[in-house]
Amino acid sequence: MEPAPVIELDGVAKWFGPNPGLTDLHLRAASGRITVLLGPNGAGKTTAIRMITGAFSPDGGSVRVFGLDPARDGAEVRSRCGVVSAKPSLYDRLSGWDNLRYSAELHGLGRGPEVDQRIAEAAERFGIEAALDGQVGSYSTGMKTRLALARSVLHRPELLLYDEPTSGLDPESSHAVLELIREMTADGSTVVMCTHLLLEAEGLADQVVVMQDGTDVVSGSPGDLTRRYWPHDVVRIGAEDPTGLDALARATGVLAYERTDGGATLHLDDPGRVPDLVAALAAAGVRVTRVVPHEPTLEDLYFAVRQTAGHSRLGAVEGSEV
Amino acid sequence: MAAPRVVEHGPLRWDHLRTVARTDLKQLVQARDYWIPMMILGGIFFVFVPTVLLLTITQIGNVGAVEQLSQALEILPQNAQEQIKGDSESGRAAYALAVYLFAPVAVVVPITISTAVGAATIVGERERGTGEFLAHSPAGIREIFYGKLAASLVPGYLTTIVGFGIYALIVNTIVGPDVGGWFFPTPQWWVLMLWVVPPFLALTLSLVLRLSAKVKSTAAAQQASALVSLPLIMVAYSQATGSLYGGASLAWYVGAAAWVLAVLALWRGVRSVTRARLLGVADEQ
Repeated sequence: MEPAPVIELDGVAKWFGPNPGLTDLHLRAASGRITVLLGPNGAGKTTAIRMITGAFSPDGGSVRVFGLDPARDGAEVRSRCGVVSAKPSLYDRLSGWDNLRYSAELHGLGRGPEVDQRIAEAAERFGIEAALDGQVGSYSTGMKTRLALARSVLHRPELLLYDEPTSGLDPESSHAVLELIREMTADGSTVVMCTHLLLEAEGLADQVVVMQDGTDVVSGSPGDLTRRYWPHDVVRIGAEDPTGLDALARATGVLAYERTDGGATLHLDDPGRVPDLVAALAAAGVRVTRVVPHEPTLEDLYFAVRQTAGHSRLGAVEGSEV
Repeated sequence: MAAPRVVEHGPLRWDHLRTVARTDLKQLVQARDYWIPMMILGGIFFVFVPTVLLLTITQIGNVGAVEQLSQALEILPQNAQEQIKGDSESGRAAYALAVYLFAPVAVVVPITISTAVGAATIVGERERGTGEFLAHSPAGIREIFYGKLAASLVPGYLTTIVGFGIYALIVNTIVGPDVGGWFFPTPQWWVLMLWVVPPFLALTLSLVLRLSAKVKSTAAAQQASALVSLPLIMVAYSQATGSLYGGASLAWYVGAAAWVLAVLALWRGVRSVTRARLLGVADEQ
């Protein structure tokens, strides 16, 4: 059974003067899951995060977070959220300790040894404890991100909102940060993460929402979306002479055939047909060099979604001209 | 179609206000490039200039310059002239300088210092990207505004109070022997420092913080703040001087009027800060 949604955005619109930030966004984030907002720059991912915390109020549609309206009950919503923005939003002149204490106090944790203990634990979890005494201005980008992550979990929020948290990090640090984000759902936290880096979302997302021009183009689990866009099994076959593969286009069970460099891509009604196809090729004297089942990546999915969205938009324009 | 302005209700949480103010002050303490020039400014107005002037007058005796200064005192209101103490020309001149001439200093120093802090306080959050943290925090807009106001007011007023204490010591040490002992602060000065200066400071800061919330850069905020604070310094200057000349009752009235204006300005000023502005988005509403 699907957990209850922590976030419910229905038809949300937001305008900045004449410019649209969001046009018609629908988003549901289930409790204890990682929802990844994917989209190019300007798609509205950051605006969506700001709507969720109540930093922006919508011009249309409705926003509910924990069942509350952030525009009216913003203080409560924000006290239950932990946010990391693309820029870590840290006070460079203060030490790591002071940055974390500031957040702890604003979240009502107060001051004292117990809070310091909690700060130390959060810092240790993100591997930043040794640098806490230093001024944040002297931190590397990776250290700042780790400190911002530690700050986001200090008050043990139910909802974590991460806006491109690996922005500016090297691959190793990015990987470590993504691992830490993955771990957080083990505590029962709900995570919403924005990114335009598809590799980041790969293997991390329970739900993907592809955004474009301020609206959600498609959403669902990566598995569901993959099945939606690739309903049949896909196999890539290579051969010494790829022209010999063309006979497969008419073979039983092959739903689609496309010749590629050094081989062909086949859409099959059943993966169990692969041995028969290979045997048929061998009988025809075609020397097969490789047979690889194709697992569509999130990148494949993203571009397939974008392509479909682009086509439908193009179609609408053409239709209106007629 | 614009979103309705979101008014944040609920009680003012003093702990949040204190936290915002304390954190801003802590950052200020770290910024030596800011507070060293401010200390020098306070030192010049409260220590260096009065020491040199008062020593010069009390040590050179009844020469022509002092006599001219004494004659100039006759343009002071009768009420003020009657309060001037001292048996000698130089003693009376020094007393008048100590009590009346330096009154504007008590206004210029705190307004200058607090304006410099206040101008950068909100636009600075935006420029550094830390406005994002505040915008997503549970701190209310009023708590952020008043916390930042307090953090801007404290350095200016604290410098003034400390400078005032040092000034009192200098004045009493240099001029006291010529006028029959320690005489400073006079009752009007107490009223000026504790009743008249704070509301003028708050009034100026409420305008400066509004500018800081609305402009796009710290440089623009400082330019605009200078334009706003200059006339206010002149008004405060004249009112402070009048308070000293006119006796304690006038000072009470001036202070009361300034407090009313300050409270109104502060109440209105809160509306200039929005979470969208902390995020650097001007066109949200």
